[in-house]
Amino acid sequence: MNSPVASNESLVSVENVEKVFRRGSEEIHVLRNLDLQVAQGEFLALMGPSGSGKSTLLNLIGGLDRPSRGTLRVAGEDLHDLPDRKMAEWRARHVGFVFQLYNLMPVLNAERNVELPLLLTHLNRAERRQHVAAALDVVALSHRAKHYPRTLSGGEQQRVGIARAIVTDPTLLLCDEPTGDLDRKSGDEILNLLQALNREHGKTIIMVTHDPHASARASRTVYLNKGQLSTEPVI
Amino acid sequence: MSGLINWILQVGAVTRFGLLSIPQRRGSVTAAVLGIAGVVTVLVGVLSIAVGFKTAMDSSGSPDAVIVLRTGADSEMVSGFDRAQTRIMADAPGLAKSERGPVSSAELFVIINLPKRSTGTDANVPLRGVEPAAFQVRDNFRIVAGREFGWGKNEVIVGAGAAQQFGGLELGGKVQVGSYTWPVVGIFTAGGGTAESEIWADATVLQQAYNRGDTYQSVYARLASPDTFTQYKDALTTDPRLSVKVFRQSEYYAEQSTAMTKLITTLGVLIAALMAVGALFGALNTMYTAVAARKREIATLRALGFGSTSVVLSVLGESVVLALAGGLLGGVVAYVAFNNFQTATMNWQSFSQVAFAFKVTPALLVWGIGLATAIGLLGGLLPAVRAARLPIASALREI
Amino acid sequence: MKYFHLVWSNLGRHRLRTTLTLLSIVVAFILFGFLSAIKQALVGGISVDGNDRLIVRHKVSIIQVLPASYEPRMEAIPGVAAATHFTWFGGVYQDPKNFFMQCPVVPEEFLELYPEILLPEEEKKAWLATRTGAIVGRKSAEKFGWKIGQRVPIQTPVWVKSDGNHVWEFDIVGIFDGKNKNTDTTPLYFRYDYFDEARRNVKGQVGWYGLRVQDPTRAAEVAALVDAEFQNSPAETKTEPEGAFVQAFANQIGNIVMITAGILGAVFFTILLVTGNTMSQSVRERTGELGVLKALGFTNGHVLALVLLESCLLSVIGGLLGLGLARLMTSGGDPTGGMLPLFFFPTRDLLVGVVLAVALGFATGIFPALQAMRLRVADSLRRM
Repeated sequence: MNSPVASNESLVSVENVEKVFRRGSEEIHVLRNLDLQVAQGEFLALMGPSGSGKSTLLNLIGGLDRPSRGTLRVAGEDLHDLPDRKMAEWRARHVGFVFQLYNLMPVLNAERNVELPLLLTHLNRAERRQHVAAALDVVALSHRAKHYPRTLSGGEQQRVGIARAIVTDPTLLLCDEPTGDLDRKSGDEILNLLQALNREHGKTIIMVTHDPHASARASRTVYLNKGQLSTEPVI
Repeated sequence: MSGLINWILQVGAVTRFGLLSIPQRRGSVTAAVLGIAGVVTVLVGVLSIAVGFKTAMDSSGSPDAVIVLRTGADSEMVSGFDRAQTRIMADAPGLAKSERGPVSSAELFVIINLPKRSTGTDANVPLRGVEPAAFQVRDNFRIVAGREFGWGKNEVIVGAGAAQQFGGLELGGKVQVGSYTWPVVGIFTAGGGTAESEIWADATVLQQAYNRGDTYQSVYARLASPDTFTQYKDALTTDPRLSVKVFRQSEYYAEQSTAMTKLITTLGVLIAALMAVGALFGALNTMYTAVAARKREIATLRALGFGSTSVVLSVLGESVVLALAGGLLGGVVAYVAFNNFQTATMNWQSFSQVAFAFKVTPALLVWGIGLATAIGLLGGLLPAVRAARLPIASALREI
Repeated sequence: MKYFHLVWSNLGRHRLRTTLTLLSIVVAFILFGFLSAIKQALVGGISVDGNDRLIVRHKVSIIQVLPASYEPRMEAIPGVAAATHFTWFGGVYQDPKNFFMQCPVVPEEFLELYPEILLPEEEKKAWLATRTGAIVGRKSAEKFGWKIGQRVPIQTPVWVKSDGNHVWEFDIVGIFDGKNKNTDTTPLYFRYDYFDEARRNVKGQVGWYGLRVQDPTRAAEVAALVDAEFQNSPAETKTEPEGAFVQAFANQIGNIVMITAGILGAVFFTILLVTGNTMSQSVRERTGELGVLKALGFTNGHVLALVLLESCLLSVIGGLLGLGLARLMTSGGDPTGGMLPLFFFPTRDLLVGVVLAVALGFATGIFPALQAMRLRVADSLRRM
């Protein structure tokens, strides 16, 4: 795989980042002076209580939102002042998202859902089919390709979600509570899959979770509390 | 008895919840109400044309007035008599008498081209030559501005409708016929009938201008009473010197208005029916949305013990209330926009213009609101049934 | 069109809602077709073949007659290529319901001046050879079941034969077709020489004239010359282009264009509301999904295009269905049985309808599309 960053540079580089939301006249500091480096090939778990800013940080790294202050370089691109259109193209190339509630299109079947990000590429129909088949194979759902989301179990839906995230072979996989809505058994399957993607396919993964059982699978865990990072859990 | 009251209270409560949630569904509710209002406006508007036209034609003749034409003629245009024949008709039994003799007017009927004010293009305007009794033959004849024309003079008076619709017919205007120029010296009304679309002159003056010699085209007369019609008719039809048809004026004009009224009514109903189908789809959409939006609330009410009939009735009730609102709105718009709107159209039988006003009658409004109610009932029925059939348990869990 | 499947699937999300919306669009366009056909019937008689033709009538009104002797004088006017005359016959066949137009004409002149009347050569010869011969349009021939060789009685209150009879008999020698769809093929034309000789009154007088000018751009000039020629004579004339004459005649019924536009305005406004509301509703419901698409890298432009495409697809399908149905439903011809002989849905208006369908799709989709485009991804994901 071609790496978009030099080997001595972090894939994700967050420096002095602040995120402020406004509610009326009140300013809420969700993230303060935050620094985080993630190297190529890492599987990072991001933990913390609800409202600690985990999802906000993940959105910033994924280019869904912009920091109020600070520098944010991901996959060789300075995200702070990238125009919307460029940002969308950058996301399509470098980021695969996995959501807690899977966020599949209910009107599309599994393979069409997986195909979605490929519509933004220059691949032709046959090539898209090939990629979709490969991605579904990785998540072991080839036999369910024609099924619609409502006929799939939660675990299966999440596997379709992962297939959709990896089908474009992105640089970075961002998972927001990927097991948050699943039972233990299905959750384990998903975590096995993510681990395999990290180890066998070399995918860099950042996973938001509040489940220690999930974070145990990661190669490194950081904790977020009141907008600041630490390497130790906060009780 | 208390069961019935309880049930009514239930329906009332459920309906109230529905109506209270309308502000959250502003968009679809507004669309449905305005959609139905549009249908009612178009239905009432188009039919008001037909009613207005028919009113003008119907008020043209009272049952004790007659019109005589030559046998074989279906309109004044192709009819014809000489002076002697019109005298026989005037002297026949059964006619009303005034101090000047029988109330009978021998008349000429021609058409002149004048520009229609609304479009600027030429229209066929009827020009009638009359005898003095003409003013008594028509109901409610009245000069409303200026004066009568002078007998034997080159002057005309103009019906109020014609004066308004055609260029040059205002008081003080001029009518050009060949080398003659006739000033307009008066404006008259005649109970809203077709005479108000005409220009009147002295028959002898018109005979001269048109080289008609001493001939006429029709005879308008007033009966002594509506019952003497048969007497008068028989006297004329059995007279070997005459070959004529006698009509009551009311029947004659009713006959003339049928074709146009039928055309407008057919087209109007067709258009409104198509639109109503469109609005029905709109209403269905709105009510399905309403049911979908209130899924949980309805399930909660059902769980609390409200019956499924009260749910059905409340959804139906809401739909009808919205439709009625649309119907009323449409009725008001149609009334304001169309009632007494002045226009003129072609009367094919006389090949000339009839000025008339659109009439939005209470009966039309009732029709319009009835249609709206029907749309509301139909549009509410299927969604109501769906609401009643919602599985309570799963609907409760939905967010 | 790789996004087609996505757009199509979204339309299938609420089948019932989509179907209902589609049907109301279909209804609107059927109505459009009907109103076009009515308008066509009333003002569509203006033919392209007639742009070099003028109509000359008596100045006071069309019911007044003009001398037949005007014809050579008209032909002598500079700029006039040919002239022929018509007279209103006003007859019916058997029953007053069977009302249609009949006209005595001079066959050679008439056929020369009106090339849109298509008559086979041998039937033309037969007409020239038969004094009581008449040709009738295809529509009336079919309506009354007339065949060539048949003798038909036409009754008129207007014209009396010298024997006092009001019933005239003609031998059908030809059946003509129209070159264009808007050529009226209901009239019956018979020979003026026979008519003039057989009538008792007003011999030598005709109803109106048709003229052809050499140069259509100078039509107004020629019209003025014609009217000047007959000024101060007992029968003064009014000359106008055929199109203006037909338009003025239609205006006598009422301002058709205005009424049609009014009704269509109301209908489309209603449909716009219903469809627009459905679109924005379905966009609102899909906020989260649209956010996911954006997270996957779909640009604002993509999202705008997807929503617009969806509304346009819905409205174009509905529009085409409605226009097609309208075309079918109006293909039966005049629904009033005689009052609107040129009732059909013209192709020109069909194309206008297609454009309207696209415009409707755009108008109903643009606001929800802009709304979708402006969604902030992070917010919309939270609403999923």
